Amino acid sequence: MYFQIHFVLLVSRQGKVRLTKWYSPYTQKERSKVIRELSGVILNRGPKLCNFIEWRGYKVVYKRYASLYFCMCIDEADNELEVLEIIHHYVEILDRYFGSVCELDLIFNFHKAYYILDELLIAGELQESSKKTVARIISAQDQLVEAAKEEASSISNIIAQATK
Amino acid sequence: MDNMFQRSLEDLIKGFRLQLLGESSFISRALEEIRREIKATDLSTKSTALHKLSYLAAIHGVDMSWAAFHAVEVVSSSRFHHKRIGYQAITQSFHDQTSVLLLITNQLRKDLNSVNEYEVSLGLECLSRIGTHDLARDLSPEVFTLLGSSKSFVRKKATGVVLRVFDKYPDAVKVCFKRLVENLETSDPQILSAVVGVFCELASKDPSSCLPLAPEFFKILIESRNNWVLIKVLKIFAKLASVEPRLGKKVAEPICEHMKRTVAKSLVFECVRTVVSSLSDHEAAVKLAVAKIGEFLVEDDPNLKYLGLHALSIAAPKHLWAVLENKEAVVKALSDEDPNVKLEALHLLMAMDSYELCAKSDPLFCNEIIISVLSVCSRNAYEIIVDFNWYVSLLGEMTRIPNCQRGEEIEHQLIDIGMRVGDARPQLVRVSWALLIDPAMLGNLFLHPILSAASWVSGEYVEFAKNPYELVEALVQPRTDLLPPYIRAIYIHSVFKVLVFCLGSYFSAQESSSGSSSTVAFTYESILNLVNVIEIGVWPLSGAYDVEVQERAKNVLGFIGMAKQDIAKKVNLQDNEAEACRVTAFMEDVFSEELGPISANAQEKVFVPDGLELEENLGDLEEICGKFLKPVESDSVPCADKISFSVSNLRIRDQQEASSSSTSLPPKASSSLLAEHRKRHGMYYLTSEKNDPDSNGTPNDYPPANDLASEILLDPLDPKRKAKHRKSRPVVVKLDEGDESRIITSQAKTKQESVTDDESLSRAIQSALLVNKKGKEREAKGIQI
Repeated sequence: MYFQIHFVLLVSRQGKVRLTKWYSPYTQKERSKVIRELSGVILNRGPKLCNFIEWRGYKVVYKRYASLYFCMCIDEADNELEVLEIIHHYVEILDRYFGSVCELDLIFNFHKAYYILDELLIAGELQESSKKTVARIISAQDQLVEAAKEEASSISNIIAQATK
Repeated sequence: MDNMFQRSLEDLIKGFRLQLLGESSFISRALEEIRREIKATDLSTKSTALHKLSYLAAIHGVDMSWAAFHAVEVVSSSRFHHKRIGYQAITQSFHDQTSVLLLITNQLRKDLNSVNEYEVSLGLECLSRIGTHDLARDLSPEVFTLLGSSKSFVRKKATGVVLRVFDKYPDAVKVCFKRLVENLETSDPQILSAVVGVFCELASKDPSSCLPLAPEFFKILIESRNNWVLIKVLKIFAKLASVEPRLGKKVAEPICEHMKRTVAKSLVFECVRTVVSSLSDHEAAVKLAVAKIGEFLVEDDPNLKYLGLHALSIAAPKHLWAVLENKEAVVKALSDEDPNVKLEALHLLMAMDSYELCAKSDPLFCNEIIISVLSVCSRNAYEIIVDFNWYVSLLGEMTRIPNCQRGEEIEHQLIDIGMRVGDARPQLVRVSWALLIDPAMLGNLFLHPILSAASWVSGEYVEFAKNPYELVEALVQPRTDLLPPYIRAIYIHSVFKVLVFCLGSYFSAQESSSGSSSTVAFTYESILNLVNVIEIGVWPLSGAYDVEVQERAKNVLGFIGMAKQDIAKKVNLQDNEAEACRVTAFMEDVFSEELGPISANAQEKVFVPDGLELEENLGDLEEICGKFLKPVESDSVPCADKISFSVSNLRIRDQQEASSSSTSLPPKASSSLLAEHRKRHGMYYLTSEKNDPDSNGTPNDYPPANDLASEILLDPLDPKRKAKHRKSRPVVVKLDEGDESRIITSQAKTKQESVTDDESLSRAIQSALLVNKKGKEREAKGIQI
């Protein structure tokens, strides 16, 4: 199957995984193996080196933002610079959403990072290149969620009162 | 009610971060909790538990496939919040074998038909990630509807999903294709980008089906200003142009325009790549592309350098001039600090026919390339080499490049690889034999060190040789007189090793009627022939001027003399009375010990015995022995050569008369390749008319070695080398410490190294002599007392 991006991986400088998203079929064991291997290679690279590595016949494009490494795995035939821009795009959206995003935000809101990524990439391809649009969609979905939660808490309040 | 006391995901994460030890026990406790909670009927509790589980699965690799059914339950909730969590769990953990996959078909259908566009998008997301054949088949009508939806957000996503659906259920193409094409005309850039993306994939799978749409793509190419879209369209044209060459002409113009105008490097790179891979016949476009590559190569950004080299390696096979134009940049890249850039430059050079390159450019460049390649490849015990057979043939190839002056380094690497990489030895022996047999090599002074390595390798690993007889013939050929004595000595020693090996296998073959362990089987005639050839070849050297050559020659001859009698008696290894057998067995034993790489610190580890002083300065000795301790200068070699050449010249005439009679014997062991070689290059072998005692056999008399290369070496430079390394890498012996890189990049360093070597050598001798002197003093004192 030909997908542009095979997986997305966010690793901290200490090697802790912050986000993983797989666009190609990998079993759980394979996933762990891939993460271990790639983290080892990428974390050992110096700062001034180029952002592409060849790995197992694929290419992995990575970029370091503060203490996090954002990695995306693509095919040999793909345009690396384009993927670098996709990574940057993602980081900018995250920044806009969380307001000066830091690693802690991603740790505690990892599901939100996932939802944002889902709006950005579908089936391994970039689907939305406008940051504003993505922000708008995500906030709309958040509102839906908030509305749902309110509804839930009000019902349980009623029940709680009723069963006292 | 349980909901209120349930730990939320945030609590879980906080707890995880606060606990100091026992990560796995924390996880297993959390898992237990989750297992309880997830069975609750209340959907909120369930979804929170599922949420926590997804976190553990995504970040900590915990298996969550057991919760598949619960995920389906959660998805069926009407609350968006729960749906979202459920879908995320599903896309993360479901795969083709999940048993409950069928259950979500209906749910997906409901969500895809929902009024709420976000629910639709959730469904589409899910389908794009886990879609199977059945799901695709059942849901393609819904997807088809959505392709025509009024909401662009939905349409865009549906387009993205279409590809997966097509892939799993090809019949859907008939239904959806038309809608897709309609979408090509849309003004919404996002949808356009998605559609073009789909066509990009379709074009790579089946270009001819997308060919009719070329005009639309062309319109987009000219009009669009969106870089993402343009990059995709370029990829499409790259594929289409390979099917329909006339397209190339039309597209070249707009592409050049883009290259000139745009600021975005990614677009420039894509243009360049398209031009050099699919439009390589259009001169103007290629010229512009190469100019852009040149710009990339001189940038500071290592990304651009890497990409420039990459594009250059695609262009290289057809446009060698492109590489020559940028050769300084390429050579500079070979010594860049970034290993990726270095490797890419290396691949570039390997992919080209290095011959052609060196023929067209100056020797200095050639040698620079060679030295860079050698240093990069040998770094850290050949870290980057996976296919040693290829690398060894490359070393052989390098020897044949005209003006190669890197003899010592190649020599060192040949021996080093032989010692460290067991699997590469057969190839090493093959390559060495090809080098040894070549008469033209013997004339080239710079290549002598390589020949000495080649002969050592052949002798040491003779068990891998296909035909030891040919090896011996190469080692004793008359033209080896051109070699300096110390290399000649190595040749003789290798001949000895081969002889021992052959005798050993002959004797053991006698003993067991079944085939011997080696691949070569010797008959009585063949072994006798071999021994004769060696005797004839080595005999002239027993009177050589050089002490070492003479000694070794005499050793070999003595051994042969002893062995000949026993061969004639047809003895075998079990016969204890046969002297030759015992000695052969003994020598085999000696040679069978494997020589490994020696650490540079090895000498320091040797315990200094008592009474041995290494610190004393023997300045006086320097005066007397100084000139003998300095390394042999290359100019002094020809003098010695001249003398030995003329002396042995007289014997050569006898020898070749003898050899001409011996070649009339039918040597069964001699393969056709060697005989053919003799016939073809008969002029290289000394005949009586060509006997000239005064000439030194200058290299100009003989055509260069290059002609023989293609026949002897198979596939030295495989352009497909860049392909994925599926073969497992052979074992390379590394030393824990004291493994140092031997490449000397500057002249200053060479002198320094040789000076320190000399110093330590002379110091050692001095101190040894001093001890003796002291001993004598003590004796003297003793006498006095």
